[in-house]
Amino acid sequence: MSLTVDNLKVWYRTLRGDVQALDGVTFSVADGELVGLAGESGCGKSTLGKSLIRLDARMRHVDGTVELDGKELPIGDDTAMNRFRFKEVSIIPQYAMSAMNPTRRIGRLVVELLESRGVRLAGVREELLRRLELVGLAPEVLDRYPIELSGGMRQRMVMVLSTLLNPSLLIADEVTSALDVSTQKAVAETLVDFRDRHYVKSTIFITHDLSLVYQIADSVIVMYAGRLAEKAPTDALVASPRHPYTRMLLAALPEVGVRYGTRRLAGIPGSPPSLLDPSRGCRFRDRCPLAFDKCATQPPFTEVAPDHHVACWKAS
Amino acid sequence: MSVSDQEELAAATPAAAAATPATVGRARGRREALYFARRNGKLLVGLGVVLAFLVLAVVGPVINSHGPNEYVGPPAQRPSADWWFGTTMFGQDVFAQFVHGLRSTFLVGLLGGALAAVIGMVIGFTAGYRGGVADEGLNMLTNVVLVIPTLAVLLIIATYLKVRGVVPEAIFIGLFSWPWVARAIRAQTFSLASRDFVDLARLSGAGGAKIVFTEIAPNMSSYLFMTFILLFGGSVLTAATLDFIGLGPTDGMSLGLMMNNAVLWSALPLGMWWWFVPPGLGITMIVGALYIMNVGLDEVFNPKLREL
Amino acid sequence: MLRLEGVSKAYRVGTFGGRELVAVSDVNLEVRPGQVISLIGESGSGKSTIGRMILRLTGVSGGRITFDGVDIAGFKGRQLRAYYRGVQGVFQDPFSSYNPIFKVDRALELVRETYFPRLGGSQWRDKVEASLAAVRLDPGHVLGKYPHQLSGGQLQRLLVARALLLDIRLLVADEIISMLDASTRIDVLNLLGDLKARGLGILFITHDLSLGNYLSDQAVILRRGVVVEEGPTERVFGQPRHPYTRALLASVPRLDRKWQRNGRPVRQSAGEGG
Repeated sequence: MSLTVDNLKVWYRTLRGDVQALDGVTFSVADGELVGLAGESGCGKSTLGKSLIRLDARMRHVDGTVELDGKELPIGDDTAMNRFRFKEVSIIPQYAMSAMNPTRRIGRLVVELLESRGVRLAGVREELLRRLELVGLAPEVLDRYPIELSGGMRQRMVMVLSTLLNPSLLIADEVTSALDVSTQKAVAETLVDFRDRHYVKSTIFITHDLSLVYQIADSVIVMYAGRLAEKAPTDALVASPRHPYTRMLLAALPEVGVRYGTRRLAGIPGSPPSLLDPSRGCRFRDRCPLAFDKCATQPPFTEVAPDHHVACWKAS
Repeated sequence: MSVSDQEELAAATPAAAAATPATVGRARGRREALYFARRNGKLLVGLGVVLAFLVLAVVGPVINSHGPNEYVGPPAQRPSADWWFGTTMFGQDVFAQFVHGLRSTFLVGLLGGALAAVIGMVIGFTAGYRGGVADEGLNMLTNVVLVIPTLAVLLIIATYLKVRGVVPEAIFIGLFSWPWVARAIRAQTFSLASRDFVDLARLSGAGGAKIVFTEIAPNMSSYLFMTFILLFGGSVLTAATLDFIGLGPTDGMSLGLMMNNAVLWSALPLGMWWWFVPPGLGITMIVGALYIMNVGLDEVFNPKLREL
Repeated sequence: MLRLEGVSKAYRVGTFGGRELVAVSDVNLEVRPGQVISLIGESGSGKSTIGRMILRLTGVSGGRITFDGVDIAGFKGRQLRAYYRGVQGVFQDPFSSYNPIFKVDRALELVRETYFPRLGGSQWRDKVEASLAAVRLDPGHVLGKYPHQLSGGQLQRLLVARALLLDIRLLVADEIISMLDASTRIDVLNLLGDLKARGLGILFITHDLSLGNYLSDQAVILRRGVVVEEGPTERVFGQPRHPYTRALLASVPRLDRKWQRNGRPVRQSAGEGG
């Protein structure tokens, strides 16, 4: 499978005007790739994830195309996307732990979900049980209500549900944010397992945690203020980041081992620009220590090394 | 990304922060409420009706030269230029009775509503903020009062009292109509009391009562306002019912008493519609207008309900 | 300075309060002046409960907490207010810590009403500006604003400034940066480091081990309400003894080390086989 996103623009309608959450995003994901989509709050990563499956009615698809396996995805049309959801593109939403109807037993939930896609439970039952075992859930869990499971168990259940029909593309939207460190590791490893066992072809793993991305993603996309800042294979990005934002972000992470007394880390002063009426030039300009006159025009997202793209005049 | 994130994003930037003047937030909140209030049809119409009756209640008895129970003219007259609402079976001026009745209606609504509001708030805030044993006890009290058949109790009380006035009537009503208020306020207080800013107020040395008055109640100000309006309407209605069955004030005049008299003296079979229609319509319109005002206010205060 | 001796906390749960939920069990802890102690645990470990007990927001079920040798359980009225002059807290959610209908100044005003009622207007302003300078906030940017107009980082720093108005000796920081972005987290952390250098004691409650390691002298690892390991931070993180601590450290994602599974890295880089 392959995913190609070309100049995607998705805006939100609000009382104060249009928030340009995604402003011309272009990238591609190869078959079997686990891409980490990293960035801070407000950068547009969740918007990008949700726009690929069109689950948020407030989004307005303004421009750009998305192609999955050579077919164009109708991401502007809610009803047309229904055909693709769950079968070709699937999402594990943020707060997946609350994603299950508390008044239904889980087994019934599964049946309803499958029937809505025209799939009979009998056909996938064996596969379902096998996957439950893979993530460490007993088959009895199907007879329980969601409230009887712990947070981590619910998270794993939703992961199994979302991938049951072997979608080509899986979007994991901040699935680890609310979890403890140990559960986080288990969930992240499960994502890798799903890909390795071909339950899903490719995965987009959305998170704000760069260290987590380093552990499981093959390549990383760093977003800032609705645009792509950098995209590179993980090791290359961590070893030699080219975009000033990526560099400063990596430098601001207190890893285990760094102590305040020995090495004082620095944050990034200022805050991201408002997306209501953003400036024409590079959006990181106001906070960038390397900014100069040319930054008044938006730098293109160019390839500076094999597979390594950066949107920065100084890097290219 | 949620809309609130977007708004947060849009607002929390140096550029946006510098552009908005310091007082805009609170003033904008009030101005915004006023803006929507002026455009809300239900609120305007309801308020207009209530104010019209209020003016009539205040001014009417003054411009009327005679009292409600005076025998001023020929009995059972239809409405005419001399007697705007006609006369009763005994020759009393229905219009005079009407405007005096309006006064007592508003009085009872105000007093009864205020009393119920105060009791409900005290109990609701205390139960919601303190929790624990106090909450259990107050809950029990609320449930008991809720379950008591108000009318039956009032009947019994009224039988024992020879002389009844408007103020005691208002007190009786106030003492029995607060349970739903206490329940609602308790629920909201529970959720507000668990917020971090309440903890922070405690860390600043503020005591329980101060926190309730200065932190929690202001957050519910629109709700408290609407509660009072509903209690006002409810009091008026209950008073009218009591008066109608003859348990109202023994002196003075009220709208319910007018209707009681009208029925007693067979106004309906005799076709004397002018005796019972004005008071009936008056009560219906006042209470109806209050409830419509309430719906309008809800839309003004709650942005999600506005029809944009 | 602050001492917890055999502190426990149990809640009554279930219908009619039949069952008991033990949140904290027999915890001993000590914070000396100018010391930063990290209280590290996952959810359900009881770390927040301990913070709340120290701040007298929840009662203690067993054991006692003493400040300068005096049991804080008996404090009421004036004594409690005096306690809060020495001990303050900052919580996790900056937007929940401010009353949304008032300006942020109000949080500071509340302190003035209780502790500096007779201070003149200009003296108070000077005091506020000194506090804001200590947390590196520009008064013009934050005063007179509503909470939703400021960022999470600014709000948290303002809360620290509020605590500093009182000449406190101990700050209970309960997950104060977990809701902030990575780029602003480090600023608040550095601020705490500066305050520590000025003699402030800090109880740093967190679930994130790397944050605990960055700042603290001593580390206490909590699991389900029980202390499983404690000691100087470098030793706890460098040579963890308890299996839980080891498992915790192994689960933390790091940029300098890949997770291993069955002897192979979880993520195979190109050219590493598999």
